[in-house]
Amino acid sequence: MKKVLMGNHAASYAAMRCKVKVVAAYPITPQTQIVEELSEMCADGRLDAKFLKVESEHSALASIIAASSAGVRTFTATSANGLALMHELLHWAAGARLPIVMVNVNRAMAPGWSIWSDQTDSLSQRDTGWIQIYAEDNQEVFDSVVQAFKLAEQIRLPVMVCYDAFFLSHTYEPVDIPDVDLVDKYLPSYDPEIYLNPSDPRSFNALVMPDLYMEMRYKMQEAMDKSKDVAREVGREYGEVFGRSYDLVEAVDCDDAETVLITTSTTSSPGRVIVKKLREQGRKVGLLKLRYFRPFPNEDICRVLAGKKRAVVIDRNISFGKGGIWADEIRGALTLIEDRPDVYCYITGLGGRDITPQVIEEIIADAESKEKPESLFYWKGLKP
Amino acid sequence: MRENYPREELMMSGHLACQGCGGSAAMRHVLKAMGPDTVCIVPACCWTIISGNFPYNTLKVPILHTAFETAGAAASGVRAALDMKGQTETQVMAFAGDGGTFDIGLQSLSGAAERNENIIYFCYDNEAYMNTGIQRSGATPEGAWTTTTPEKHPKRGPKKNMVQILAGHKVPYVATANVAFPEDLIRKVQTAKKIYGTKFIHILSPCPPGWRISSEQSIEVARLATYTKVFPVYEVFNGEEYHINVDPKEIPVVEYLKYQGRFRHLKQDEVDEIQKRVDYEWRILLAKSMEERFRV
Repeated sequence: MKKVLMGNHAASYAAMRCKVKVVAAYPITPQTQIVEELSEMCADGRLDAKFLKVESEHSALASIIAASSAGVRTFTATSANGLALMHELLHWAAGARLPIVMVNVNRAMAPGWSIWSDQTDSLSQRDTGWIQIYAEDNQEVFDSVVQAFKLAEQIRLPVMVCYDAFFLSHTYEPVDIPDVDLVDKYLPSYDPEIYLNPSDPRSFNALVMPDLYMEMRYKMQEAMDKSKDVAREVGREYGEVFGRSYDLVEAVDCDDAETVLITTSTTSSPGRVIVKKLREQGRKVGLLKLRYFRPFPNEDICRVLAGKKRAVVIDRNISFGKGGIWADEIRGALTLIEDRPDVYCYITGLGGRDITPQVIEEIIADAESKEKPESLFYWKGLKP
Repeated sequence: MRENYPREELMMSGHLACQGCGGSAAMRHVLKAMGPDTVCIVPACCWTIISGNFPYNTLKVPILHTAFETAGAAASGVRAALDMKGQTETQVMAFAGDGGTFDIGLQSLSGAAERNENIIYFCYDNEAYMNTGIQRSGATPEGAWTTTTPEKHPKRGPKKNMVQILAGHKVPYVATANVAFPEDLIRKVQTAKKIYGTKFIHILSPCPPGWRISSEQSIEVARLATYTKVFPVYEVFNGEEYHINVDPKEIPVVEYLKYQGRFRHLKQDEVDEIQKRVDYEWRILLAKSMEERFRV
């Protein structure tokens, strides 16, 4: 059935269709409606789950980790400062190899207080061992949450589905909510072999001596590597069942392009508009949308960008002292190939400032006016 | 052994506790009363080490090791999952030290208590961060030496009253217990198991290295803590109804303090101050228990 839903409710409906058993969350703008709706669903019986109204995001993830360890499918959602408060437990969830799915609505970090969109909150959780997916529209929010459970439960790593505050979280769009039977067919019930079981008492997350810790970390990295193929398969199978297939990246008009615009989340939508416009003018411009941040799609990026003149990256985030985070990761990936493009990074849209089609057109024009980038990043739209 | 002392051992030998460890005696007694259909949550504390490193487990029940400040939340999560699976009879217990309860874990414990989660939370209280090498916690008694409260600047101010904090949440059952009185402890665990909601049992658990006592004195010193009224053993139903379970004896606190190296720097006037506070707190507790007897 098609429903007109805000991005946040698309996430709630996805969790409902995935039949999560325990939800724990703490209110934070702009995530709150996700858990409000789930709370309603638990109360009116649409979802057979226990909803823990905990006293902090830290306890939200702590209780979800424990519930997942007891062998049930779990879900939580947060934003910005809430995600930062969870930081210790992000490592814990991944290290414990739990298939938790969490939505993070990308919101700028305080101070000063800002509730508007910015990716620095989740990108700065890069090294916690979570898979991260960034969604462009509300349909992709729904679809990504469903895929996230299937991916997480196969490779035993947690998955974070991220999308922009307000541009998606509070914006209504038509969303196809597939029938429950179809989702059941795609996503089998979660039935782990090992869980907290008094009939088979084991110790979970016990002290590990130096002779074994490194091997455990090796296995996490191995799972991350494997997750690329699993994510592709999960996205392809999603297309077979629901008619919408997904990959780690999406390349538009890139084959003969000299300039490739690289976007994530909602920035991809105005990006598409401008690339189409420039193509109509005969300009050799393409678009590369990145869906996954972890695992980072190194191979896909190299495949698409090999032989191109320039890559123009829009970063709605900043790593202070270095620059745009996506661009930095892309430069790292490109060291794998010889004929790599120059990478132009534009930091813009921080704290929810609009990234309009015009802004993107100006960014492309600026990059194309230069022979070589003379800086690792440029600011776009900065007031004097 | 007394009649209510269960024979079954759910804590096995080979654990890594120090000699005379009150925390390991507490676990042994508690598990006997909890029985095998139990999930045990352990935040960072001495028991992180005592239970054995991967892949060993000294307990015959599953242990979920969890982050320092999360015992209350983790117990809530396990409870929720078990309830959703229909395992409503399986007991969920948290077993946390005083640092994980009084200090860093207070928020998640308070959250669980306020929601009245159906769990039993045990705090084995050795009155400092013993696992990291004897640093003061909110449970360290007034005047005590620790490595962060040296003799020239010993712990100022009284020990935080966790029982009152939990009683203030109006949870159905809060109790203190003492490893020197195992029959009382076991009865309390059995009582707690029969009650739905959040149960909190605070167990005084001496630490020979931290208290500067020899290991064979552990139980003797613990017993004196209750007999001198320093650590009264009592229970509170629904945050209102107080019962004192072990009668103290007319022994001055100095008899408790003098055994322990952590108090050896105290001067007579400081001991007198401690005696005054102990007497004062005892009168309040007695009044509360009397009041309830009249009301009932």
